[in-house]
Order: sequence, then C-alpha cells, then structure tokens
Amino acid sequence: MSVWDELTGQSEAIDVFRAAASGAAAPVDHTATHASTGSGAMTHSWLITGPPGSGRSNLAYAFAAALLCRNGGCGVCADCRQVAARTHPDLAVLSTDRVIISIEEVRTLVSSSQYSPSVSRYRVMVIEDADRMAERTSNVLLKALEEPPERTVWILCAPSEADLLPTVRSRVRSVRLRVPSATDVAGLLERRDGVEPQTAVRAAREAQSHIGMAHRLATNVDARQRRASTLSVALGIRSVPDAIMGAARLLELAKADAEAITEERDAEERESTLRSLGVEPGQAVPAALRSQVKTLEEDQKRRATRSLRDGIDRILVDLLSLYRDALLIQLGAGLELINVAIQGELDALAERTEPAETLAVMDAIAIARRRISHNVTPALSLEAMLITLTHSTNRKATP
Amino acid sequence: MAAVRGSRSGAVKSAAGKTSGKSPAPVIPQLTWEQIRPAAVVLVSGTESFLADRAIRQLRDLLKLEDPSLEVTDIDAASYAPGELLTMASPSLFGEPRMIRVTSVEKCTDNFILEAIDYLAYPADDTYVVLRHGGGVRGKRLLDAVRAATGDVIEVVCTELKKDTERYDFAVAEFRAAGRRVSPGAVRALVSAFSDDLAELSSACNQLVADTSDEITEATVERYYAGRVETNAFAVADSAIAGRYGESLALLRHALATGADPVPMVAAFAMKLRTMAKVLGTRGGSGQLAGQLGLAPWQIDRARRDLQGWTGEGLGRSIQMLAETDENIKGGGRDPVYSLERMIATISARGEL
Repeated sequence: MSVWDELTGQSEAIDVFRAAASGAAAPVDHTATHASTGSGAMTHSWLITGPPGSGRSNLAYAFAAALLCRNGGCGVCADCRQVAARTHPDLAVLSTDRVIISIEEVRTLVSSSQYSPSVSRYRVMVIEDADRMAERTSNVLLKALEEPPERTVWILCAPSEADLLPTVRSRVRSVRLRVPSATDVAGLLERRDGVEPQTAVRAAREAQSHIGMAHRLATNVDARQRRASTLSVALGIRSVPDAIMGAARLLELAKADAEAITEERDAEERESTLRSLGVEPGQAVPAALRSQVKTLEEDQKRRATRSLRDGIDRILVDLLSLYRDALLIQLGAGLELINVAIQGELDALAERTEPAETLAVMDAIAIARRRISHNVTPALSLEAMLITLTHSTNRKATP
Repeated sequence: MAAVRGSRSGAVKSAAGKTSGKSPAPVIPQLTWEQIRPAAVVLVSGTESFLADRAIRQLRDLLKLEDPSLEVTDIDAASYAPGELLTMASPSLFGEPRMIRVTSVEKCTDNFILEAIDYLAYPADDTYVVLRHGGGVRGKRLLDAVRAATGDVIEVVCTELKKDTERYDFAVAEFRAAGRRVSPGAVRALVSAFSDDLAELSSACNQLVADTSDEITEATVERYYAGRVETNAFAVADSAIAGRYGESLALLRHALATGADPVPMVAAFAMKLRTMAKVLGTRGGSGQLAGQLGLAPWQIDRARRDLQGWTGEGLGRSIQMLAETDENIKGGGRDPVYSLERMIATISARGEL
C-alpha cells in the first residue's frame, strides 16, 4: 500500500480514502445494501479541500491509483506507474496553467466520463483546480457529478468548499486536509528525498509546511540563499533611499527565483514543439511555422509574468513570517518561531520596535500583496511597503 | 517530377541572382518626397507614412493630368496572390497608362519578392509601379534589387522629421506651395504647438491658408491656436515636483484631454521620484555615483536639482501615495482623474500635506 506513503500529516483523510478504496475493491453486489458491506465508504464524487501545499492533488492521485490498481495501490505495478505518469487509460486529468478552466475542456471531460473503463475496474476523472471554473462551467458538471455511470469516479480538488457552487458542494463527498505540522513535513523530506534531519526541519519550518516549497528549500542551495537575502534586505532598511534600493533588490531576487523555475521548462517545451513541427535542431524555423513558435513564446512570456508575481508573493510571505516572529517575541507568546536561524537579529528587531509598529508593517505587507494581485506595478508596491519599515525605525530613533 | 521542379526554381534563383549580382554599382536616384516623378518603378521607403501617402497622391495627380484615362489599381503585398502583378501590368485593349500601387511591401510574401524582382528586369510599357515599403528588414532582397536596378527606377525616401528645424522647413514649404507669405515667428509658434504629429501640423497650415487672406503672422497663429499646449506625463511630473500645484493641475488636464493615459502618468512620476530617492543623501561627483546607482550622470544632476526642498519622509509619503494612486486608477477607486489630482496635491506639497 505504498501509494499512501508519500502523503504527510493527513492521517484522517488518508483513512477515509483507504476505507473507500478497500470498500470499492470488494466485489460489487447489486443486491447488497450499503450498510451491510464496507462499500458504504465508497461514493462516486469526491471533493478534496485544503490549503495550498497540503498535497490535495497528490492525495487525489493516490486515491486514483488505489482505485485503478489491481492490488489496491501497491505503487509498483504498471497501473500505479501509469497513474504517476498521468498516462493511465482510465484516468482523465484536467488541470490548468492559466487563470480559468474553459467550458469546452469540461464538456470534453464530461462526455469522456460516460465511457466504461477499458482496463481497470473504474474510470477516474480528476479536476485539479476545480476553483478555477466559472459558474457556467460548473453547471456543465452537475449532471455528471450527480449520476455518473456505475464505474466512473469524480475527484475534484479546491482550496476550500466555498470556492465551489452550492449545487456542486451538495453532490460531492467532501474530505478536508489540514496544514501538516513542520515535523511531519520534515519527516517526509528525510524519508523521500534523503535530506539531512537538520536541514529538513529548517526547510519545513521556513516554508511554513508548504510541502513543495519545503522540498525546494531543502534541496536547492540557491533558493535557500535567496530566501536568506530577502530577509536581510528587509532587516537592513533604515531610510527612504534604502527602501528604494531594497525594493529593486527584492525584485531581482523574485526574478531570479521565478527564472530558476521556468527557464528549464521553457527550453524543454520549445524543443518538443519544434520536434513535433518537424524542425531539425539548429535549423531555421520556416516562415509558415513561425506563428506557432511565436504563440508558444507568448504563452511562456505570460506564464513568466505570472511566475514573477508568484515569486514576489513568496518573498512577501517570507517577510510576513519575519514580522510574525518579531511580534511573537515582542508579545512574549512563547510559540515556536519560523525563522529560528536568525533568532539574534529577530531579538534585536523586536527590541528596536513596538508591537503596534510591527503590526503596521504586517498590514503594509498585506496591502502590498493585495496591490500586486490588483496589477499595481510590483516595484511601486514593494517600495511603498518598505517605506513603512522606515517609519518605524525613524520614530524609534527620534522620540 | 521533383527534378523538374527543382531545376525550375533553381533557374529562377539564378536569374534573380544575376540581376542583383551583375550590376551592383549603379545606384538609382534617391529623391525627397516632393521631388517625386513618374518612373517605371518607384520605391517609396521610410517610416513617415504621412509624407509617403502625400508623395504617392502627388504622383497619381501628376499622371492623371498627363492622361485622364489612367487606371489605378492597388495590391496588398501582405496577401499577395501569385501572378497578380503580371496580370495587372499586362497591356489592356485600349493601351491606357496604368498605375499600380503596392502597399505594405514590408510585410510582403515570398512570392511577391520573386515576381517583383522578375518584373524589374522587364517592366511593362506605360505602367508605373509604386512600391510602398514602411521600414523593416522584410523584403530586403527586393529592396537591394530595386536599388541596384538599371532601368527607369527611382527611390523616394520618406524618413521621419525628427528635428524642429526639419518641421520648420516643412511648414514653410507648405505655405510656399499655397503661395502665401508667412512670418518666421508664426511658423515657429505653429511648429512648437504641433510637435508630435506631422499630419496635424500640415492640416493646421492648410486651415490657416484657407481661412486667412493676407500675410500670416504670429497674431494669426495666436488667434487660431492660442492655449494649445503639447504636454506629456514628464512635464506634469516636473512641474508637480517643483512644487507648482496650479500649473501641474492645468498641465494634467491638458495631457488627459490630448489623450494621455493615467497609468503611464503614474509611471512617469514613479520614475522621477525613484531616481530622486536613490540620489537622496548621496555625496560625491555625479560621474562617480553613476556606476553605483545605475543612473546616467545627467540624471543624478537633474535629481539633485529636483530634490531642493524635499525631505526623506516627504519623499517616502509621496511614493506611498503613488502606490495608492496606481491601485486606484487600476480599478481600486472610482475616479482615476480624482486620484491623480490628489496625488499631485500631495507631491506638489512635497509630501508634507
């Protein structure tokens, strides 16, 4: 049963799905009532909700593997490997890089859900970003969710139940995930990636239990360094010129971070597009195909914009953790700090400022996050935020 | 079959290569737009489309005057169908002269390049082909072939008039063409009022010629175009940063009324204030600092002048105001113009409001 092994800190949710999968494995008996066998644990439509980084889609695929695998999710057979590669013939996946899922995509998915499974006992339909469907698009799903063919199972993933229409909510069984504890995440990093215990704990804590982020911090030295310099930029700000320079530096860091993520993927995509268009490596792209390559490049550029924005958001979350720690020290709350590695500097910061000022800075960070999501120039938002930092240092210096 | 096709295309290529390779030295006459004259092939190149349109219109009028039965046809080189040029240029029953205007040669198809190069070698009689190339590298092979051609081929160059003196000369020529006397001061006033768009300047000249009967003086220009100010976001920012509240509000209204957008306006302010904040509190020569701050020396000197009367805190407050305004004009607030005015109020008070 190793498909469940890589999931962390979600024991309750895993138990629910394990029971469902084993219930589903029991031979279907049309005459039996639900209560008499374990099949009551199984149903045809599921919704997995949980905060980003808690492993919603991983859990969805683990469940899919358990349903499709002959051995109930062994993790080594051909079925499980195909699910892991998203190529299983009875698994349909809908996920998106873009802002919304289009109605056409959902219609195709719905019609393909009507076929009976080809090799396994079930046909599994996974929608990774169910919150990215507009109302009209969700309505297309209703009928399929309510009464799918006997052997079809739907699994939707979303950050919270409130992201979906009430009509969708009432047609699915909801399973909630929680934020895993830092120890759980660290344990996973040690087990799965062979990270040293110390680094693993630190990465898990600094990523605030976001599994993907923790993995990155634990395995990528550059990412760790970028995070450390983000915090030191914020701690070093004393005056308005510092703030302007600091904002430029933060932007640079965010850009480097975003590029590190997208660069490799862009090159790979370009290569595979050229290959599928029949262009030899190194050969000039013929005029007739140039528009296709151009479309790809534009898509990548759009993604880079979003990726830069995500990078800035990560930086702001890191800064938020810094001031959260400072506030904890100031209030003597005695809770575990996120940035234990720079405790000395945190103590100094807490000493230097008042709790009210720390809260004002946290507000400013929240405002900056909102502004960036509202399309305000990132540089300007960051500058305005960092200038708030100078207020607190100035007031303390000249009382 | 494949061999035949291959050899044919090879033949075309070598023929094209011969025309451009045999005579590299002779260069066709290059004229300005008002010197345009009929020729078998006229290449109208350059980015200033207003002048190019005018030149082509002038040529058409000229030809029409020579023979009223002139037949004018247009070809769009971007969606060129093979054989089109040859069909249009082939002699007609009554042998009337033909003018073929080919637009957007800068976006032309490969077919057009090949056929146009072939046509250069054997231009049809009584046919005037005008090639309009709006700049860019596409079709360079055709341009080279045209410029190296031996026959009755001319090029009319319509480059942008960038300098004020060039625009001045243009306006003077406009009045002279209409046979009107104009004082130098009047032309200067006109040129400074219409500094952005040549077409606007030209239509202003025509308006003055049509509406007045005696010599055009500064007073005439003043009567027609008084209060017209060409302004841009940076002019508004300069005036606000210098603390001239009233003037900057008036300039803002001017800029918005002549089509400036609020978003780049905030960007211009942000750029200026950012430079000032970087320079704030620095010492030493601007040449030394330039490398450190990533700015040009003149930008540093300028920012130092701008900084007079400003404090760090005021600058900080102004930048925060900018961020707030940017949010408001991008959908956070109801009235973008009000947000801009509020921002100008804060900045012209040097953030001490």
